[in-house]
Amino acid sequence: MDAYVLDSHTYEHDEEGYLKNLADWNKELAQLIAKDEKIELTPEHWEVVNFLRDYYEEYQVAPAIRILVKAMKKTFGPEKGDQKYLYQLFPYGPAKQACKIAGLPKPTGCV
Amino acid sequence: MADVKPPEIASNIKKKLMYVNRKAPYGTIYALESLEVVLISAAFEQDVSLAFLDDGVYQLMKGQNTSGIGMKNFSPTFKALGDYEIKKLYVEKESLDERGLKPDDLMEISYEDEDEGFAKKPSVRIVNRSELTQIMAQQDVLLNF
Amino acid sequence: MSTLHTVNKSPFERSAFISALNHLGPGDALLMIEDGVVGARKASAFAGLLEKTAKNFSVYVLGPDLAARGMAEKDVIQGARLVDYGGFVDLVTEHDRTQAWL
Repeated sequence: MDAYVLDSHTYEHDEEGYLKNLADWNKELAQLIAKDEKIELTPEHWEVVNFLRDYYEEYQVAPAIRILVKAMKKTFGPEKGDQKYLYQLFPYGPAKQACKIAGLPKPTGCV
Repeated sequence: MADVKPPEIASNIKKKLMYVNRKAPYGTIYALESLEVVLISAAFEQDVSLAFLDDGVYQLMKGQNTSGIGMKNFSPTFKALGDYEIKKLYVEKESLDERGLKPDDLMEISYEDEDEGFAKKPSVRIVNRSELTQIMAQQDVLLNF
Repeated sequence: MSTLHTVNKSPFERSAFISALNHLGPGDALLMIEDGVVGARKASAFAGLLEKTAKNFSVYVLGPDLAARGMAEKDVIQGARLVDYGGFVDLVTEHDRTQAWL
């Protein structure tokens, strides 16, 4: 079974690295997943990760990139609600990579 | 067959697509599958609407709590549809009546109208059977679930 | 601008059949396929309703599905017409859209 190991705890993930159990997520685990993705989490990264978790909490769905951009724009303004900005933070796809770090399932419609 | 042209993928013509939902949630996979297809197809930027009739109206019930059946409650996701530019959720009045339900029993689902300063507007529209039949007749594609 | 409505479930088991009848618009046609063909049986509980429908709309039954269930043209309600697979395709092309009730 594929799993992240942190402080002798194991946290199962699927073959792409998405956590199997939403409830497993914590900040340390997020750091570990980010490291696997070769991302150093800055406050700007956390802003997106926390935003995604809130979005999921409210709507029970991980938004596709287009939707994430729009929703970020509404909350943080056009500078951060911007595809380029998000790709700078998460080069391999903001929705995909940030969702993984946020402990969410892969966005519906992402392949 | 040499003169067969490939389909126009980059066509600017928006098609009218309606997803017709007739099954209650949780008992079968239809409702969830329909919602996932709707979310995925939103990327193609078509003119999408959803219809809820027969037991499908139960998908929009307020206060769904699935903690006792070990399944995910996906009803909050309907509230995200506005973000996906899906603003028309037709509910058939006769189907509500037959089941002893009222519009108040359904979730409030809204979208933000960009043309009017992001004013919140209701997405759910209660229509009677003949109105729904007419709306269906205006669609390019009908997908039943 | 007409619609071909297909129904593939028995009216004795599911409401798809009744729902389809309830949503027929001007110029629409109804085609019963798979288990849906049992709804076309003469003298069945749904025969009266379907006969009434056949007065205002074209009603078709897919022959091979009927035969598979031990029935023939003589067993279906008056006003219903049998089609084969080729006829099914023709019906799809003759209408603007298809709605598959299930």
